[in-house]
Amino acid sequence: MNNILNTLWEYALTALYISGKILLLVIPLILAIAYLTLAERRIIAYMQLRRGPNKVGPFGLLQPIADGLKLLHKETIIPTNANPILFILAPVLTFSLSLAAWAVIPLNVGVVLADINVGILYLFAISSLSVYGIIIAGWSSNSKYAFLGALRSAAQMISYEVSMGLVIISVLLCAGSLNLSKIIQAQEKLWFCVPLFPMFVVFFISILAETNRTPFDLPEAEAELVAGYHVEYSSLAFALFFLGEYANMILLSAMTTILFFGGWLPPLDIVPFTWIPGYIWFILKICFFLFVFIWVRATLPRYRYDQLMHIGWKVFLPFSLVWVVLTAGVLLFTGWGPHGS
Amino acid sequence: MGHKNQRSSSFFHFIRSWTLLEIIVGMGKSLRYFFKQKVTLNYPFEKGRLSPRFRGEHALRRYPNGEERCIACKLCEAVCPAQAITIEAEERPDGSRRTTRYDIDMVKCIYCGLCQESCPVDAIVEGPNFEFSTFTREELYYDKEKLLANGDKWEREIAENLAADAKYK
Repeated sequence: MNNILNTLWEYALTALYISGKILLLVIPLILAIAYLTLAERRIIAYMQLRRGPNKVGPFGLLQPIADGLKLLHKETIIPTNANPILFILAPVLTFSLSLAAWAVIPLNVGVVLADINVGILYLFAISSLSVYGIIIAGWSSNSKYAFLGALRSAAQMISYEVSMGLVIISVLLCAGSLNLSKIIQAQEKLWFCVPLFPMFVVFFISILAETNRTPFDLPEAEAELVAGYHVEYSSLAFALFFLGEYANMILLSAMTTILFFGGWLPPLDIVPFTWIPGYIWFILKICFFLFVFIWVRATLPRYRYDQLMHIGWKVFLPFSLVWVVLTAGVLLFTGWGPHGS
Repeated sequence: MGHKNQRSSSFFHFIRSWTLLEIIVGMGKSLRYFFKQKVTLNYPFEKGRLSPRFRGEHALRRYPNGEERCIACKLCEAVCPAQAITIEAEERPDGSRRTTRYDIDMVKCIYCGLCQESCPVDAIVEGPNFEFSTFTREELYYDKEKLLANGDKWEREIAENLAADAKYK
């Protein structure tokens, strides 16, 4: 009896410990998402010679909180023709998937929720699953715009995942492991963005398409589809889609950092750089890529749909295939690749 | 010749599109704009320059001795295209003709400035104030008292503007 109680107590403690760790990761993440929306508005405003929201709190820093409160106060409208269960399920799915992926992201040496050996496969699977949230949203809304937006989004995400997969394979060839921490450790001498620079460019453009960001924001092209797959959503359900989209941006920036820019590693392994802890480097690199996301949005117009498909299938796919073969060949002949294990 | 040109231009096109040259140039441009001086006015704290001819909130002016200028000739009432002005007049005990009622319906008013053009004594003017929004419609039915108060409040700016614009009249 005493034994059983002890085991139960241990289980409870472990569960509490794990939930604490999860909260410690998720709460800053949600705050980061909120402030990413503010950063986006401010940065785009600055690039358009405007000032952006600067009235709510100092420098507009309370703006995301005001926006969140506004959304919470709205009514959740479920259209008569919609399927209510799926309609509510879709945003929940999108948001929880975009948070679930963070389980395998290593923030520093050994600081990771789940240090699994198939980390990159897990990430890839989760980002593929997020198509479901969008398809379910578009389909259950029972609205033409939402449906077209969902179809576009699904086609786009599936197309670009193919080339993303090939890019990841070429990184794996160089790193010799699917474990994200090991991939970062493999970049101690040289970040993969140097030898695999074209792959990095392909990867970055693909994640723009994967997160439905400009110039590939066709699923929610305002001019044609009103708002795409989330046209029928309001209030908290809309907020979840919105947060999910921005969480995906942060996630894929983290993924770029891990795959090509050495995660928590400082740019040079010498004294002033090594004083700064790994977390800070990781966050700084993520912030840089988020800035590029927003920068691209402020610069480029939207692609036409056939151009989008053309780039995905006829340019990126053959290009990344050739690079995978090339990388494998070079590694094989020079023996630079990872050995053993 | 033309054929050769075409070939070399398609070669350059190939190079340009594969090096993402134009996208990089465009990104550089938007980054330069990021650091440029912003053009937005920080509105309630900064305001744009107004022309002396700006037609804002109405005001009834007085002479320096405190006597009201309006002689109730009703030219403004007659010329007002929106029929926003209502005037009633009576003889005062000292024998001068003055208004007993001077109302402007600021909701009807189209801010055309014909009232100030028509005024022979520069009594009714449209001042430089444009921040007179209210919570209720009733507050925008201005009477003589309100218009005279406006005149007292904005006299310095109104006089400056009239002086600045006088040479063009």
